[in-house]
Formats: sequence, C-alpha cells, structure tokens
Amino acid sequence: MNVHHPTTFDEALAAKAAGAVPLAGGTDLMVEVNFGHARPTEVVSLRRIDEVKEFEGRRIGSGVSWRRIENHGPRALAQAARTVGSPQIRNAGTIGGNLATASPAGDGHPFLAAVDAQIELASVDGRRTIPWDEFFVGVKKTSMADDELISAVVLPDSLPERHEFGKIGVRNAMVISTVCAVVTRDDQRTTVALGSVAPTPMRARRAEEMISAVSNPSDKDLAEFQRLVSDEVRPITDHRSTEEYRRHAAGVLSRRLLERCLR
Amino acid sequence: MSALIINFTLNGEPANARVLAPLSLLDVLRDQLELPGSKNACEQGECGSCSVMLDDELVCSCLVMAGDIEGSRVTTVEGMANGRVLNAVQQAMHEAGAVQCGFCTPGIVVAATDLFEANPKPTTDEIKEALAGNICRCTGYGAIIRAFEDLAGTT
Repeated sequence: MNVHHPTTFDEALAAKAAGAVPLAGGTDLMVEVNFGHARPTEVVSLRRIDEVKEFEGRRIGSGVSWRRIENHGPRALAQAARTVGSPQIRNAGTIGGNLATASPAGDGHPFLAAVDAQIELASVDGRRTIPWDEFFVGVKKTSMADDELISAVVLPDSLPERHEFGKIGVRNAMVISTVCAVVTRDDQRTTVALGSVAPTPMRARRAEEMISAVSNPSDKDLAEFQRLVSDEVRPITDHRSTEEYRRHAAGVLSRRLLERCLR
Repeated sequence: MSALIINFTLNGEPANARVLAPLSLLDVLRDQLELPGSKNACEQGECGSCSVMLDDELVCSCLVMAGDIEGSRVTTVEGMANGRVLNAVQQAMHEAGAVQCGFCTPGIVVAATDLFEANPKPTTDEIKEALAGNICRCTGYGAIIRAFEDLAGTT
C-alpha cells in the first residue's frame, strides 16, 4: 500500500501515468473500498495540489469542493451543490470527482450540460479540452484516457441570464436524485438538461427547440414543453424509482424550472 | 504488502499509525488508536456517526483514506471537551436530554461544534441543514434541535 501526496499537478500526472488510483474527496472511492469492491495498492491523493483548487471566473479547478461551489458558484450550480449529500460530503467531495465518477445521478452534471461546459483533461503529454457530451460516454464511463486526470471545468464566457436547478428525491437532504434538471433561458433561447433519466446527462433538444421559438409561453406552450421533455428522456426502472415516474417527474420538474426562469 | 507509516496531529497531539491496506481513518481511529468515540455504522457517508474535523473541515472519517492524512490535523469527538469540562454543544445536549441510544451523539457533537464555531446564532433551519448529514435512528431530533435552539439563544 502506497499513497502519493504530491503538491504539484505534474507530480500527480506522473503518478497517474504509472497507474496510481486518483483520490480526491474520497466520497466515492472510499465507499468502494469499505464495501470491498476496490483495493487500490497505489493511490495518488489530489488534496494537497493548490493548482486544481483554483476557482477563477469561468474556470473551476477539478479539486474545488461542493462547499465552495455552494458558496461561490453560479446560481444553478450553487443550487445543485447545496443538494450534494450533506455538509460532510460537500466539504470533501469535488466537482472533478463528481465528473470522474460519471454517475447518471451526478448532481453537478445537468448545469454543465445546460451551459455547454468544457472539461479540461491533462496527462504527462499535455492538455486537451472536450465538450461535456464527449466526456460522458455511459453509466460511470468517460472518454478519459488511462493516464489522464481532470484539471478543470471551463464554463462559457457568458452564462444564460436565467438558470435554475431542481432535484426530486425521496427526502430533502442526503439523497440521490430520482431526477435532477437545469433549465436556462436567455432572451428566448432555452436549454434543458437532465440527470438520472439516461445513462449520461442529456439535453432535451426537441423541447428546447419548441420553447425557444416562443417569446411569451402560454400554459399550452408550457404543457407541450413538459410533454416533449417527458417524451425525450430515456429513464429505466431501478431500486430508486420507475421509468414511468421518472418520465413524468422529468417533465413536471423541467416545466417548473422554466416557469421560475420566466418570472 | 508493505506498510505505510502515517504521521499526523490527533486531538492536538502528535500521532502515527501503521497502515497495510487502503483502510479508512475511522478504522484506524477505532482499531489502532483506541478512540472508539467515532462510530461505525453505514461506511458510506450517509449517517454522519463517524464525523471528525480534518484540517478544520467537518468530514466523515469513513470516507477519508487513512494513508491520505499524512501531516494533517484530525480532531475527534474525544477532542471536543476540555478535559472533563464539556464544550458548549455537549453541555447543551446534556441539559436538553438530547440523547436516546447515544450512537449518533458523537457525530452530532462534532457537526454541531463545527456549526457553532462558524455561526454562534444559527436559526432553526440553519441547525437542521447543518445536521442534515447526521442520522438519529431513534428519531430523537426534537430534543437535539431544541438543545441547539437553546444554545443559539444563549451564546
């Protein structure tokens, strides 16, 4: 058992290239360890690397905790951060860890999808930046290469004027999403991104197109928007909810978030 | 497998532990360092009964890899009182009878101590949100919340 404690990102990248398992907040990896599903022998801790904790303007370092995003992030991302686990989880868990785990239920993902964020990846050979929809490739699967670490999330230079996050779960705190969503509206242009309703975070493009053509949506327009979202999502039935409920809830939640954006 | 020796500060004193596997800090506290105040229940960060302060941040010790605390400061529930003098949070829980089976109590003491250090006069909603990661399966929340409402009114 060996744990590397680098203070520079370059050292961490070298350890990753040599096969070490990255450890950020530990809120996912240690659950695997505690339940006997993972037994890493070489670990690289990312906790002491100042570079990935930088949070400047539109660039959020991968090591920025949910607690900091809750306090300093853009509105809908801060709203999402507040629903991540508990104070204990938000102090430890990071946006980079959330991305690397790539759970379909990741609370941070819909905002990144809704604003077309980019993910910056690094390896000993250099850096590359890819759009969110090239990063997520399946349930807990990303397009990261074996020697890569996430260095940062890069938001667009200007964010939509209005953006709102919402989450449905069986209780108010410490809960994994049944459905979570972000709706943005800027002038008429609307985006809607959802989590927990497909293998990866997804955009409801037909619903976006329909409502973006309407300057002052009527109840009938909102109902059609809701119907299209419910129609476009691809949920499954599992231990947390059913396909039918998720489909219904995705539409209702997206409509409510749009209504908030329109106020 | 080779052992890893970790050195850190535990409740204000230098401490070390020998780690052979990717154990949690909670395991090391309870099994090696004879500090059983932090409880082991869910092992997935949901119950808060293992809450400790790690470098001034409230975390679940079951989710901290022991090998990752080299050079860090850890404060457990055993480090909350000043000798035999309870801290304000402990005293408030004692006075309000905010304990049933007691299993969640250490985690709540640590989480509430963190809350009151940052915010000496929390509202009821702020108290509830700060304790959202600490589950009491006796459902004794009423007395726990009342203890901290009283403390918030008197600090």
